[in-house]
Amino acid sequence: MDIDINIKVKVWRQKGPKEKGRFETYGLKNISQGSSFLEMMDILNEQLINEGKEPVVFDHDCREGICGICSLYIDGYPHGPDEDITTCQLHMRKFNEGDTITVEPWRSAGFPIIKDLMVDRTSFDKIIQAGGYVSVNTGGAPDANSIPIPRHDAEAAMDSAACIGCGACVAACKNGSAMLFVAAKVTQLALLPQGRAEAKKRAKSMVAKMDELGFGNCTNTGACEVECPKNIAITDIARLNYEFLNAKIRD
Amino acid sequence: MHWLINSTIGRKFVMSISGLFLILFLLFHMSMNLVLVFSLDAYDQVTQFLGANWYAVVASLILAAGFIVHILYASILTLQNQKARGKDKYAVKNTKDASWSSKNMYVLGFVVLSFLVLHMIQFWYEMQFKELFGMEGAINRGSELIVPLFKQPLYVIVYLIAFVALWLHLTHGFWSALHTVGWNNTIWMKRLKNISYVVATIIVAGFTVIPIYVYFFVPSPF
Repeated sequence: MDIDINIKVKVWRQKGPKEKGRFETYGLKNISQGSSFLEMMDILNEQLINEGKEPVVFDHDCREGICGICSLYIDGYPHGPDEDITTCQLHMRKFNEGDTITVEPWRSAGFPIIKDLMVDRTSFDKIIQAGGYVSVNTGGAPDANSIPIPRHDAEAAMDSAACIGCGACVAACKNGSAMLFVAAKVTQLALLPQGRAEAKKRAKSMVAKMDELGFGNCTNTGACEVECPKNIAITDIARLNYEFLNAKIRD
Repeated sequence: MHWLINSTIGRKFVMSISGLFLILFLLFHMSMNLVLVFSLDAYDQVTQFLGANWYAVVASLILAAGFIVHILYASILTLQNQKARGKDKYAVKNTKDASWSSKNMYVLGFVVLSFLVLHMIQFWYEMQFKELFGMEGAINRGSELIVPLFKQPLYVIVYLIAFVALWLHLTHGFWSALHTVGWNNTIWMKRLKNISYVVATIIVAGFTVIPIYVYFFVPSPF
């Protein structure tokens, strides 16, 4: 049964990218366990506005787990203490009466903080722009079934394409590495015939961009895979390694 | 070939290949050691044969290069990764997502390296180094060094601690090395992790037998 709970929220407050941040703790009364985590944050912000204080800045958009913009490192977990969901899908029934919930932004050199809990994830856009696409001549869309693709490959490509680019992998990684994200984006195209044409160029330029943007080196700890809301597997990283090494050795 | 230094996967590739090379060395070293269990005389023949001949010296140099590359790259990667993590650390630490050994490969590597220094002072310096530079007191019968050493419980314990660190290092290192060269997929993931435990256990068990055997079963030379 969902009940109303009284909680404390310990939130990271930081005025700007260059400012020094600190934690602030706020008390909240009668929060329904049936409400979502972000609704709780909305209630907190309303309370702060009524008190004449500045509301907490955090990213959110679709609130149904598909857009990839919500973030938040809650009690030691990217996207909070629940499995395979984004922060916007997290419910307050995961928390109990009297809990102090610690809410932090993604912390990584590749994701500088803009304000409070909002981080700059445009580095992911830059990696996609470096090669995460298939070049096609425009015109009428070809028939979808004209190229035969083995079912297993199509399914595996679809699994990798589930990546919403939220950055939980980078947030979870002790090395601040973006390998799982890049691996998913390379894999979804590497498995399909349409993506093979530019496979070598793609692997090389996306990895080069990732390095340039200051992400760390993967050490295969597997923390990213555990925290990924879309269950991207680190075997995609093995595929990225293979695609990249294959491209470099053939140069 | 600058990508072996400039790119993240290139650096990992070097870690992987040098690591696999060192695992091969460990298997070789472990097999040589096991001779001791069967016969001290045979063990002495092995150590005399390896000695300071040109083959052994060249092999030692290649091996040293393998260690240096692996350690150097580990240090560079660790420093880069700490920088990539950013200055502010998380207030709530996550200890559940990844295994302790996978997150502490550098620490485990440092323990193994510290042991390596001790081990080289105790054996390599007395045997190959002294012979190579024509110093007095070079020993080429391994049993003259190993038996007195492992009759001291302190060194048996020190060596066993180092083997535990080595085991933890290898359980993550072996599958990780194959993963990095791209030899992994959803089916092989579980197999590789299991093979990793088997390889680490075979190597470490082979090494562990020696100090224990010498301590309990070899007659004291004193």
